[in-house]
Amino acid sequence: MSSDARGTAYGSPYLAGVGIGVVLLVAYGVMGHGVGVSGALTSVVGTAATRLSNAPVLPEWEGYAASGLLGLLGDWFVVEVIGIALGGLLSASLAGRLRRDTERGDQVSVNRRLAFAASGGAIMGIGARLARGCTSGQALTGGSLLSVGSWIFIAAAFAAAYLVAPLVRREWR
Amino acid sequence: MAMIAPVYETGALGGGRALVVALVVGVAFGFFLERSGLGSARKLSAQFRLTDFTVLKVMFTAIVTASLGVFWLSRVGALDLSRVYVPETYLLPQLAGGAIFGAGLVLAGLCPGTACVSAATGRLDGVAVIGGLLVGILAYGAMDPLVDRFATSTSRGTFTLPQLIGVSHGVTVLIVVILALMTFRSAEWLEARRAARA
Repeated sequence: MSSDARGTAYGSPYLAGVGIGVVLLVAYGVMGHGVGVSGALTSVVGTAATRLSNAPVLPEWEGYAASGLLGLLGDWFVVEVIGIALGGLLSASLAGRLRRDTERGDQVSVNRRLAFAASGGAIMGIGARLARGCTSGQALTGGSLLSVGSWIFIAAAFAAAYLVAPLVRREWR
Repeated sequence: MAMIAPVYETGALGGGRALVVALVVGVAFGFFLERSGLGSARKLSAQFRLTDFTVLKVMFTAIVTASLGVFWLSRVGALDLSRVYVPETYLLPQLAGGAIFGAGLVLAGLCPGTACVSAATGRLDGVAVIGGLLVGILAYGAMDPLVDRFATSTSRGTFTLPQLIGVSHGVTVLIVVILALMTFRSAEWLEARRAARA
């Protein structure tokens, strides 16, 4: 069985948008920078890869590899990402939307959905590194700070998404 | 009036307190993402099947709110915009990276931030997206140096829309607001038309 809306109905997208806008303003006003997720994941990968391989860090990991796995907890963006998970957990539990499942289309097996999720994630990881950020660091942060590159990122991401979407339409039927 | 923000940049905030801010900012961000339903891959990806416009509404409202806030706070002298980090522009890498990202987004149904929310609320597909992201990021790091050369090409430094189109900061924000309102109107119209058909 597939899952769709769980628990109570979702809140207004406009109110949530205003909330996220205020979050961005707080980050600018207090920290002088916005939010980000792919950078934090890069810190995790960079630190783990550097630790495990025992080799000199790849140029890609310079500036990302923290002093150690514990040092990651001193990384602003890693702590912020932990917060994102906790905030999602808090909202979902208040709304009765916590449940262990795999969200997928009615005709789609769990394994197929997980394969799409993982491969899509891997492709996004490459794209986010190339673009220097994802939806948080480029679209929301760079977009609201009117960065030209961030608006290029938004336009390219939406264009590609609309081109690919018809090919995978049946995944959610 | 003296500029009071960014607070951290003025040295009035220590590293430990900055991490508390990180946690608070993250919790609020994740909370609002889940509230709007973007922790659901089905709902998020419906944006690209044109059946649900939550992604566009949340994203554009957040951008409008923050860009209006940045404009007015710096206008009244409460925020020193020159000390806020603006992501730098790399034209071709961000065009290509954005396109690759968008293709992956449709397959995954979740972006990196919403995947964290999805995973935290019990969804295994969210966990799989995060696993995929880590693999993709690792693969990128191991790629040919040619990729890195491309990634640093067409660099324009800090390059903003007001500089690009040659109008003031305020006019640019106004254009963004008008575009957002037009987008919201179209989205509501499309959703209403769809609901009437069903």
